[in-house]
Amino acid sequence: MVTFQFVPYQDIEALTSAKRINKLLNIVKGDRIVIMEGRLRKEEEADLIEITMEEIGSKFRGIELSVIYPDKTKLDAMQKLRSMFTNMILGDRQGLTIIGPASIVKRIEKDPDKIELFTKDNVNSPRYRGKRKNK
Amino acid sequence: MVKTFFRKFFKKFNPFNKKANLKVGLYGPPNGGKSTLANRICMDWLGEEMSSVSHISHETREIKIKEQVTIKNKKGKELMFSLVDTPGIATKIDYEEFLKKGIKRTEAKKRAKEATKGVIDAIKWLDNMDFVVVVLDATKDPYSQVNITIIGNLQARNIPVLIAANKVDLNKASIDAIKAAFPQYEVVGISAKYGKNVEDFYDNLFKLVN
Ligand SMILES: Nc1nc2c(ncn2[C@@H]2O[C@H](COP(=O)(O)OP(=O)(O)OP(=O)(O)O)[C@@H](O)[C@H]2O)c(=O)[nH]1
Ligand SMILES: [Mg+2]
Repeated sequence: MVTFQFVPYQDIEALTSAKRINKLLNIVKGDRIVIMEGRLRKEEEADLIEITMEEIGSKFRGIELSVIYPDKTKLDAMQKLRSMFTNMILGDRQGLTIIGPASIVKRIEKDPDKIELFTKDNVNSPRYRGKRKNK
Repeated sequence: MVKTFFRKFFKKFNPFNKKANLKVGLYGPPNGGKSTLANRICMDWLGEEMSSVSHISHETREIKIKEQVTIKNKKGKELMFSLVDTPGIATKIDYEEFLKKGIKRTEAKKRAKEATKGVIDAIKWLDNMDFVVVVLDATKDPYSQVNITIIGNLQARNIPVLIAANKVDLNKASIDAIKAAFPQYEVVGISAKYGKNVEDFYDNLFKLVN
């Protein structure tokens, strides 16, 4: 089962950049997908990549990072995401940042409709097992 | 921070440094053709190559510098700089790709390890650049977060950027897609491999620096 963790803006607002990045990366390393309200600063994105690189090993192969903006073309996707987290109010910070273990996020980015499907996905899916064997 | 400031400060005001020490960096995601372009530039103006090229990602895993590259435009004006070829920046290392493309397990592990260091170095070196050519594979979706992060960080550092939409020899290539994704930047379509439109590229490089 793939789990998502919603990170509201106020949860990271007060943190220093380093703490903020560590918090996000720890969630991802726990095999969960971060859905963060708002965006990181550009420099923080670069730091996130650097720290990710330092942590890559046989178990952790890196992250996929993606930002969904609430522009016209992506409005549908935003609506979907919002309804998934109906009880969590999105602030006026624009966009959602998605950070996850490398293999999963790319597919969501391409097709946000699939989010529900991925939550039901589990480790027994053929694709996943195939990847596992190669390790 | 302070160190960077002083380095920048002295670079700007040291009279002996002048423009001879301009650094032009080639940045981008893995496999975009940075090293192919570096070789093209060096072949055109120095008659020798500087980097190793491969269809397997993360071929460049260390910063490569070619000093005193001098290019000339049609009016006879010269431009001298150090050309810096950097490791492709990525958020993940695709170890499985290495294996699939025929690299042995131990070698692949070493390559992955070196690749992570290379990415870190490329990011750290951003601060040393005076100008950057972002090399993108024009057959790929330009709207990737890595591209946005690279360009965003250059912008945050006030480093002038030229985007090279590479591999235009391929049918799938779309310069327009790159222009649409980064409308605030100059985009020049080239084929680094086959030398297509490189004259235009050199013209744009002159414009960027002057
Ligand atoms: N068709 C085509 N292929 C190209 C072109 N430029 C580079 N390539 C190919 O793209 C692949 C990657 O080229 P490199 O120059 O090694 O790419 P890079 O950006 O230096 O990659 P890293 O060092 O891994 O970051 C090689 O197989 C090149 O031959 C081009 O203009 N057209
Ligand atoms: Mg290279």
